[in-house]
Amino acid sequence: MAAKTHRVLPGFGLALGYTLVYLSILILLPLGGMVLKASELGFGQIIDIALGERSLAAFRVTFGASFLAATINAFFGLIVAWILVRYPFPGKRFVDALVDLPFALPTAVAGITLATLYAGNGWLGQYLEPLGIKVAYTPLGIVFALTFITLPFVVRTLQPVIEDIETEVEEAAASLGASRWQTFVKVIFPAIFPALLTGFALAFARAVGEYGSVIFIAGNLPLISEITPLLIISKLEQYDVLGATALAVVMLGLSFILLLAVNVLQWWTANRHKNNEPLEVAAAKASGGGQ
Amino acid sequence: MTQFRKSITAILLSLVAGAALADSTLLNASYDVARDVYKDYNPMFQKYWKAKTGESIELKQSHGGSTKQVRAVADGLEADVVTMNQANDIEFLADKGLVAKDWAKKFPNNASPYTSTMVFIVRKGNPKGLKDWNDIAAPGVQMIIPHPKNTGNGRNTYLSAWAWALKQPGGNDKTAQEFLGKLLKNAPLFAAGGRDATTTFMQRRMGDVLITFESEAEMIAKEFGKGEFEVVYPSLTMQTEFPVALVEKVVDKKGTRKQAQAYLEYLWSKEGQENAAQNYLRPRDAELLKKYAAFFPPVKTFTVDEVFGGANKAFAAHFKDGGSFDQIYQSK
Repeated sequence: MAAKTHRVLPGFGLALGYTLVYLSILILLPLGGMVLKASELGFGQIIDIALGERSLAAFRVTFGASFLAATINAFFGLIVAWILVRYPFPGKRFVDALVDLPFALPTAVAGITLATLYAGNGWLGQYLEPLGIKVAYTPLGIVFALTFITLPFVVRTLQPVIEDIETEVEEAAASLGASRWQTFVKVIFPAIFPALLTGFALAFARAVGEYGSVIFIAGNLPLISEITPLLIISKLEQYDVLGATALAVVMLGLSFILLLAVNVLQWWTANRHKNNEPLEVAAAKASGGGQ
Repeated sequence: MTQFRKSITAILLSLVAGAALADSTLLNASYDVARDVYKDYNPMFQKYWKAKTGESIELKQSHGGSTKQVRAVADGLEADVVTMNQANDIEFLADKGLVAKDWAKKFPNNASPYTSTMVFIVRKGNPKGLKDWNDIAAPGVQMIIPHPKNTGNGRNTYLSAWAWALKQPGGNDKTAQEFLGKLLKNAPLFAAGGRDATTTFMQRRMGDVLITFESEAEMIAKEFGKGEFEVVYPSLTMQTEFPVALVEKVVDKKGTRKQAQAYLEYLWSKEGQENAAQNYLRPRDAELLKKYAAFFPPVKTFTVDEVFGGANKAFAAHFKDGGSFDQIYQSK
């Protein structure tokens, strides 16, 4: 007879049941319905739809632009989060609130605004186009829109983690003789890297599915600047619900694989970090006279 | 501001009054920019119906992209009537058994109470001298249109250019497709929709020509001023129809057949036709067309039925996956 484990908080069974039902209704049911609908097509047909010239080009644009946007945000989002946590400056609360705006703005408004800004006669476009940089109605415009939309994911994921790093650890590293660069690379970065990956993954996932803002700035030219969600809409215009779900399922599968990879990577780095050394040890090591 | 407050009050009042007094309710599922037409038309019909039968009627509107709307009706949106801007959308409902198979014969004029046509909007003074379709296909010209595969507006432009190319000496489907290939090369982008194309052309100043509905031209004039652009009528262009139909299943279930039928028939009355004309849509009524001749200069048009053998055939040949539009982009 297995010993019954007693948990500190009551209601575990209820909460777990609730979680499973909630997730099933909210996520599994619609997605399952979608997969079921797509399964009306044979596997071969789904592959044919996914491997068409237009679909492949759209997948390239969608995933490529999303990856770029998430990477840009991983870099600049880290800087923004760092500044917001570590340095006091006038208007900090205001800047902090600004970060959330892309969440709140209807995406179509964001797309139209960006297109107006970067068009040949826009505030920014008029200076960029003479330099040969075209943003609106090019794939670059897609990257810009996605970067705008996904900024909050990285910043908001990193902020609490950076807050948790005690300044004492940095001081310890410094007092033990680590250079600033060493402190960052050996002490701080390993601590925030898992959260950075999470932020990256969230931003990437959001970008892949984005439609509203992109269509207004993309230009939507076949093989050049068509995103996969646009092809899905195009199939719906033809009353081809099956084809649309097939594309959606393939997109979902690709996203799932990529997110899983990011999660594994994150789990691996977090584990390594945890098993190997607490921060204090890392601090001592970093300063260990160039190892 | 007072205008705004007035209209809010009016809406609230009509909601209360409607709920309290209406003997029956009709829902009209309509395309996106029909808002203005039916905003004026609905009160006219209410008054007419009250005077004729003593019955007060509540009219509700639902607007959205034409294809989205019919899909909603097919999925169970209980619309008594559909008033659309593409025949193939109504065909879709006919295939589903919601609309009579011979819907186009249930009302005069192919069941389309008014029409419009596709025109060129060029910059003031027409600096590039764009008069006809081949001028737009010339090198160095930029054309702004909505996506030809995903929007009705873009599809009408595509088919207009195709029909024009067919009518040229030695024209056939092959030369027409080549011509479309040349024409589409001059599109630096495909806008998300009709209004997005207008914004791109007028506000962002992109392109030499915008191709859109004649009725849009007057909207542009209201928004951006008359002196900013000129309207050019090509030598041949499409007469676009706005078909209407009764949703048989819904009116039978709700018992609103009589009212719904009258609602659509009244679109052909003098009042209904004049309302269309005032919204810059070409009325079917010849007298009114003459009265508003300043808005509607004579233009040589074709219908999709004449050139392409019906909306469904045109759609299948050109805009389905693998159709002529896709072929243009695959040959590269």
